[in-house]
Amino acid sequence: MSDVLIRAKGLSVGFPIGGGLFNKQVLKAVDNVSLEIEKGSFFGLVGESGSGKTTLGRALLKAAPITGGGAHYSDGEVDYDLENITKEQLKDYRKRAQLIFQDPYAALSPRMTVRDIIAEPLEVMGLTKNRAETDARVREIAAKCRLNLEHLRRFPHAFSGGQRQRISIARALVSAPKFIVADESVAALDVSIQADVLNLLKQIQTDMGLTFMFISHDLSVVAHTCDHVAVMYLGRLVETAPTRKLFAAPRHPYTKALFSAIPSLDPDDRGTAQKLTGEIPSPTNQPPGCKFHTRCPFAIDHCKQVEPKLETDGTGHDVACHRWKELMAPQAA
Amino acid sequence: MSLIDVQNLTLKFRTDEGLITAVDNVSFSLNKGEVMGLVGESGSGKSVTAKSLMHLNARNAVYSPESKITLHTDTGPVDVLSLKTPRELNIVRGGAVSMIFQEPMASFAPAITIGKQMVEQLQLHGDYSKEQAKNISVEMLDRVGISDASKRFDQYAFELSGGMRQRAMIAMALSTQPKLLIADEPTTALDVTIQAQVIDLMKDLVSEFHMGIVFITHDLGVVAQTADKVNVMYLGRMIEEGPVREVIRNPKHPYTQGLLAALPKLDDLDSPLTPVPGDIPSPLERPTGCVFHTRCSKVVGDVCMAIDPQERQIENSHKVACHIYDEVPA
Repeated sequence: MSDVLIRAKGLSVGFPIGGGLFNKQVLKAVDNVSLEIEKGSFFGLVGESGSGKTTLGRALLKAAPITGGGAHYSDGEVDYDLENITKEQLKDYRKRAQLIFQDPYAALSPRMTVRDIIAEPLEVMGLTKNRAETDARVREIAAKCRLNLEHLRRFPHAFSGGQRQRISIARALVSAPKFIVADESVAALDVSIQADVLNLLKQIQTDMGLTFMFISHDLSVVAHTCDHVAVMYLGRLVETAPTRKLFAAPRHPYTKALFSAIPSLDPDDRGTAQKLTGEIPSPTNQPPGCKFHTRCPFAIDHCKQVEPKLETDGTGHDVACHRWKELMAPQAA
Repeated sequence: MSLIDVQNLTLKFRTDEGLITAVDNVSFSLNKGEVMGLVGESGSGKSVTAKSLMHLNARNAVYSPESKITLHTDTGPVDVLSLKTPRELNIVRGGAVSMIFQEPMASFAPAITIGKQMVEQLQLHGDYSKEQAKNISVEMLDRVGISDASKRFDQYAFELSGGMRQRAMIAMALSTQPKLLIADEPTTALDVTIQAQVIDLMKDLVSEFHMGIVFITHDLGVVAQTADKVNVMYLGRMIEEGPVREVIRNPKHPYTQGLLAALPKLDDLDSPLTPVPGDIPSPLERPTGCVFHTRCSKVVGDVCMAIDPQERQIENSHKVACHIYDEVPA
C-alpha cells in the first residue's frame, strides 16, 4: 500500500449557533468523516453548496475547529495529529499545507505588487535569510507558474483572471508545501482559461510531488484532474472511489443525480436525465436517518429511520446507502 | 415573426483612458418563442450587448449613429435607442422586455419583501389594483414552483435559498408578461442540481408564454440544453452564429472550436484538456485585423493581422467571421 499523507478518522467540525447560555445548538458542518489521502494523489471533493466540502478542506488545514474525531498528517519528515497539534507544530504545518482560493480577484491585495504578494509567506514564516534569497525564490516559483518575470513589479489589477490565479498558485507554492487544498480554484475562470490552470496544477503536482485536495462542484473538471473522488452531502461522505470507478458506475443515488444534472453538450439529449427535486436541507435542521432521503427517489421507510454507514468493499469504492446493491442490479444486467 | 432586430450595434465607453470599444458592429435578430444562446468569455461584450436591448448601459456609453435596435411590440415597432425619458423607457425596462440577473441576492432589495417588490413593478407597468397585483404575483410564484407561494410573498430575499431566489426572480420578471426575456448567466451561481431545475423551468415557460429569450452564458453545455440558436462573441465581435446543433457539432470558427475543445468531457477522460492559448486582450489594446488572431492557432497569413473578417454564410443560416473561409463562395 502506498503512503498515506492525511488520514481522517471520524472527523467532525461543529460551529456553535444561537441559543442561550444553556441551550447552545451546534451546527455540524462536517460529521464523522473518515478518509485517506495518498501521497502524491489528486483527491477530489465534490458536493453542492452547503455540503461541507470547504469546511472539511479547512479542517484538514487546521483552519476550522476540529470538534470530534481527528486527522493525522504524516509526510515522512513529521507526524502531526491535527486535533491536538501544538503551537510549535502548527507553525511548521502552515508551511507544509497551503490553500488556493476560488476567486483570484478577491484573494490578491490590490496594494501589493506581484512580487510582494508571492514573497509575503516567505517573510512571514521567516523562510529566507535575506532579500536576495527571497527574490531568487520568488523568481523560481513565478517561472514555474509560467508568470512573466517582467510582471513581478506590477499590481494585480493589470492581470486577467487566469494570470491572477497563477499568481495565487505561486504564492501557495512558495513555502514549498507538501499538501495543497485548492478550493474551487477554477470555478471563477472562463472555460478557455480553466483548462490552462488545470494543466498547470497537474504539472506542478508531478514536478514537485505534491498532494492536492481539489474541492469543486464541477464533476467534469474533477473527472479530468483527480485520481480519487469523494462525494459529500450535508456534512457526510456518501461515496468515495477511484475516479474511473466512480464515473463508470456510481453507486449512491446522489452521485448518480449529480452526474445526470450536468448539462449535456448534445442538443438532442435534452431532458432525458433523472433530475433531483428539492434542495439540500439546512444543516441546522437535518433530517433523521439517511440525510438524503428527503430528495432520494428510492427512499424507503428504513432510510428515514436508520442512517447508512459508509460500506467498504475492499476495492476502494465505498458508499453509504442502504439500497445501493439492489439499485445497481438492474443496470448491471 | 421577428421580435427584435439589432443592426450594426456599435457601442463604446467613454473612460479616462479614452474610448473603449465594447461592442463592434453586431447584428442579429430574434423571433418569438426562440431561445438565443449568447456565448463568450468575460470581456467579450455579451452582457453589454444584452443590456443595450433595454437601453440599460451606463451613462458613459456611446452608441454609433448606425446602431439600430427595433423591438416589435403589439402596438408597433419601437426604436429602442431613441427612447429617452423614464416613461418612454418603461416599455423596454420591465414592460415588453425583462431581465434576470446572475446573482439573485444582489437583485432583490434586501429590506423589502419579495411581494412588495413584485407588486410595485406590476403597478408600474400595468393598470392593476394592489389586490390584483398581489394575486398575479402569488400565482406567478406558484407557477415557477415555489411551494407555499402566499407565505413566500411576505418574506424577504434572505429567507429564501439560492434556487428559490432565482425562481422568485424569474416569477417577477415574467409577471409583466414580457415579449422578450434577457437572462444574464441565470444559472451560473447555482449548483448543478438546481441549475437543471431552473433550466427545465425556463424551457417550460418558453413554451407556455411563447416569449423570446436571450440566454447569456459561458457554459456551452447549458446552451446545448436550452438554446435554439447560438451566437458566439469575442472582444465585442460576433464571430459565429447558427442553429445550436450546427454550431455545437460543427463549429467553424477557431475560437468556437477552441472553446469546445477546452471543455472537460465526461465520456472521454483520457483526452487532454486543450486550453485556448493566451488571455483575452484588454479592450484598450484591441488587436488589428481579426480580433482573435493573437490567440488563434489557425492564422492563415498576414490577412488575419490586417483585415477584420466579415461574417459570411457557410450553410443554412450558419455564419462565421473568419479568413479561413475566404475562398468559399458566399
